[in-house]
This record gives sequence, structure tokens and C-alpha cells, in this order.
Amino acid sequence: MLQFNNVGKRYPGGHEALNGITMSLEQGEMAFLTGHSGAGKSTLLKLIALIERASSGQIIVNGKNLMRIGRRGIPYIRRKIGVIFQNNKLLYDRTVFDNVALPLVICGHHHREIQRRVRAALDKVGLLDKERQAPVSLSGGEQQRVGIARAVVNRPLLLLADEPTGNLDPDLSREIMNLFEQFNQVGVTVLIATHDIDLISGMGHRRLILDHGRLIDRSPGH
Amino acid sequence: MSKQVSQRVQRAGAISREEQSIAPLISHKARIGGASARIPGARMLTSYFVLHLQALVFSLGRMWRNPFSSFMTIAVIGIALALPSGLHVILKNVQGISSGWENATQISLFLKSEVADEQALNLARDLETMPEISSVKFLSSTDALDEFRQLSGFGDALNALDENPLPSLLIVQPASEFSAPARVGHLLDRLRTHSEVDIAQLDMEWIKRLYALMEIGRRGVLVLAAILAMAVLLIVGNTIRLAIQNRRDEIEVQKLIGATDAFIRRPFLYSGVWHGVLGALIAWMLVAISLWLLNGPVHRLSMLYDSNFRLGSLGFGASALLLTTGIFLGLLGAWAAVGKHLREIEPG
Repeated sequence: MLQFNNVGKRYPGGHEALNGITMSLEQGEMAFLTGHSGAGKSTLLKLIALIERASSGQIIVNGKNLMRIGRRGIPYIRRKIGVIFQNNKLLYDRTVFDNVALPLVICGHHHREIQRRVRAALDKVGLLDKERQAPVSLSGGEQQRVGIARAVVNRPLLLLADEPTGNLDPDLSREIMNLFEQFNQVGVTVLIATHDIDLISGMGHRRLILDHGRLIDRSPGH
Repeated sequence: MSKQVSQRVQRAGAISREEQSIAPLISHKARIGGASARIPGARMLTSYFVLHLQALVFSLGRMWRNPFSSFMTIAVIGIALALPSGLHVILKNVQGISSGWENATQISLFLKSEVADEQALNLARDLETMPEISSVKFLSSTDALDEFRQLSGFGDALNALDENPLPSLLIVQPASEFSAPARVGHLLDRLRTHSEVDIAQLDMEWIKRLYALMEIGRRGVLVLAAILAMAVLLIVGNTIRLAIQNRRDEIEVQKLIGATDAFIRRPFLYSGVWHGVLGALIAWMLVAISLWLLNGPVHRLSMLYDSNFRLGSLGFGASALLLTTGIFLGLLGAWAAVGKHLREIEPG
């Protein structure tokens, strides 16, 4: 599903964010990406979503070599990857429904199809009754769930989350993690970057630990 | 709370399994391996139209949400388009009036004093057979003297003269298709070659000058139109540039979730088109109102000249041209702004 071969990322100015990353995720696998802040977690996720381009090595997502994707091909790769951000990146001038519908609108889906899929996604994250509300009227945890609904509404093969629980209290965080596990159980590959070791230690998924841009441990989390 | 959510998730999962159409996450296996997010065939065509229709309505909706600033911009575009359109109408009207005068073009042939009246009449008959000439009127030197005596009031002074100082005169009316200044000049040159003719004179030299003036006017309107077209381009370009900057976050998010450049571009381009269309509409109304205000006094003036002249308005052709120009300028201005500024916005 996801494969990194000796991937490096060097920013202009010489800062080496990632160095010699080799790892892979199987179809339907769920894994956590941990490490100190500045270890390169966000950078690694950005390389997969083509927000940043790798300086060296090879990244393969769903059989496609990202190194060979040109500027015009980027949108079609992103459509198959659901990304969830710490600050959820919602559009605050639209309703919850319109936010979740955006990936489908972009693909030019029919109105009825959009309505059906958005309702299904909102139902999954438990926000079906809030579809007409503005995102600002929701709590932080609810806003994060809207972001998750938007990430899964287009049936992505791969779900990436960058510190999805960064702004949430432990109860809400656990709730969000449960949600990811639910998606993983129906076949979605999930990769979550987090520094909240306490939260994930009991969940039993694989942990990828980054340290100063290098992968140091791939053993299952304690 | 957490339990509640996971129950909901499970419930939703159960629904999904029953109903394939809302089973977004089950159908993955079928889509793995070469599956593309692009939509194939006929559905791609419909979704193409759906996307365009969405952008069309969406961009109008955005303008509607800022009615005041949208109206200001559109009004400025309207005024810029109305100026050359209005001048064009005025020019057309002047042309209409002067084409009526063209038929009044006459050539006066002053004959040499030794030419007898029969000779002059023969010449008149010969000339009338020419296709370029519609009629010839003969005025003998005696008739001319009588007329002059009546009109001038120099009767007694003229009686004191031994002989008639006035020449005989042929008044030539060119056929209407030969009365344009260039062709009538040609005819004048030919008439001059007749041996009986002393002086051939075109009475309407000033029509040539009027035509020359109108040509300057026409050029002037074209130059003004070109300059104002550039102004419209800049206005639309700047409006779209500001819209892009205001929507920076939105564009970033759209790019992040897989929007193509075309998708992001589209509402801005349509917004440019809307500005052009509505600006042209305002221009049309401004011209119509101005003409309506002018028509009364113009009609009164023309009545004083025993004419039934009425101001013509923007015709269908000119209106269509105004609209297409508006659309074209709006689209071009938006295109320039979008091409320059959309690429600068990338999620990072």
C-alpha cells in the first residue's frame, strides 16, 4: 500500500528533515508515527500527500511511484488519500455539510450521490444532526470529526492524520482514535503521526519512531 | 460519549454493509490496482457540465453576497463600456443625417460665354444619358440674370450694363450611387474636360470635410474604446486578484483535497465573465437612458429644420457586440489574474 525506499528530504538551506527512510505499510494496516517534535513526522506525511517532494529515494503509494507524478497528476493522487490535520483546515464560511461535500464536488459527482455519501460520512463520525451548522458553532472534537468525515467521504485507500488529537483532551482523543480504528477495521490503511505515547500505548498497533529524521524502531509498540 | 460515537459508527457500518451505494469503505478492494480517481466516459462529460454549472452559479452567488462592492465594480465597468458605445451611437446618427445630404450634392457647370443656348441644351441632353447622372437642369444666362436681378436687388445697376455678365449654367444632379465624395470627384474631373465648360464646381465641398471630420471621430472612438477596454481589463484583473487573495485559505484546502487547477480556476473565470456581462448590461442601460434624455431636444431641433429626424439607439448588432466585448474583456482580465496568482498559492 505504502512503501518508502531510502527516502530523504533536504530543505533549501541544507536542513535535513528526513534521511534514509525505508519502511512499508500493508493494505489495511494501521500504524503510528511518533518521535520528538521536529523529528520529521509532519514532513513524512507531507511527502505522501505530495505537499512536499522528496529529495531522494522512492515513495510508492498504491502501486504508483510518486517521484514520477508531475504537477498535473498531484490532484488525482491526493483524491485517493484522506488527510486529517491538527488544525483540521475546515472552511468556516460554509456549513458542515458543504465542508464534507467538498472532495466530492471537486470530483464532479452528482448532487444526489454527494448528498448520500456526505450523510453516510457524517453518520459515521456521529454528526449527522449537525450538517446544517457552521463549523465555528462546534466544539474542537466535533470540528476534528468533521475533518475526518471530509477525509473519508471520497473512500480513500489511505488515511493520514497529523497530530489529530493535538488540541483535544484525553477523552476526546480516545474517541477520535476509536474512530480511526473503526475505519481501519473496514479496510482502510491508516497512518497517524502523534506524540501522545500514553494514548496509543494500549492500542497495540505498529509504531514507527522517528529521531532527527531517521527511523530508529519499527517494533510493535509496548 | 465515546461509547455513543462508536455505537453510531458501528450502526453506520451496518447500514453500509446492507446498502452498497453508501458503502464507501467496503468497496476498496474493487478499486485497488490501477483504479483511478478520474471518472470515465459519459459520466465524465456530465460531471464536466455539472462542474461548469456549479462554478457559474457559485461565482454569481459570491458576488451576490457582497452586493455593494460587486455593484461598484460592475458600475465602473459599465461606465467604461458606455462611453465608447454612446459615442458610437452619436457617430452613427451623424452619419445617418449626412447620408441624407449626399443626395443634395450638385455640380454646377459654368459654360463659356461664347456657347449658344442650343449648344448648351445639346450638351445637357448628352450628359443626361450618362449613367452617373440622374438629371441636368439648364439655366441660360438671361434666366440667370433675371434670377439675380430679383434676388440681389441690384436691378438698376444691372440695367446699366451693356451686356449680360453672367454665364449660362448647367446644374448636374449625380445619380445617388455616384454621389459619395470620392466618386463625385471623379465625375467632376470628367465634366471639366468638355470644351463648352468654363468652370466645374462641386457645391458640396464641405461634405468632404464633414466626412473627413467624421473619420477622425470614428478613429477617436476606436482609440477611446481601446483605452477603456484596457481599463476594464485592469479593473476585472484587479478584482479577481483581490478575490483570489481573500480566498487563499480556501484555495489551499481545495488543493489539499485534490482539486485540479482547472477546478480552482473556474469560479474566478466565471466571476470575470459575470462582471463583463453585468457591466455590458449597465453600459447598455446608460446609453439607452442618455439617448432617451437627448431625444426630446433633438427632435425639437430637427422640427425647426422641418425634419422628422429621431435619434437612433444601439441596434441589435451593436448591443450584441457590446455584450460579447464585455464577456471577452471579463474573461481575459480574469484569466490574466488567475494565471499569475493561483500558482503562487500552494499548501505547505
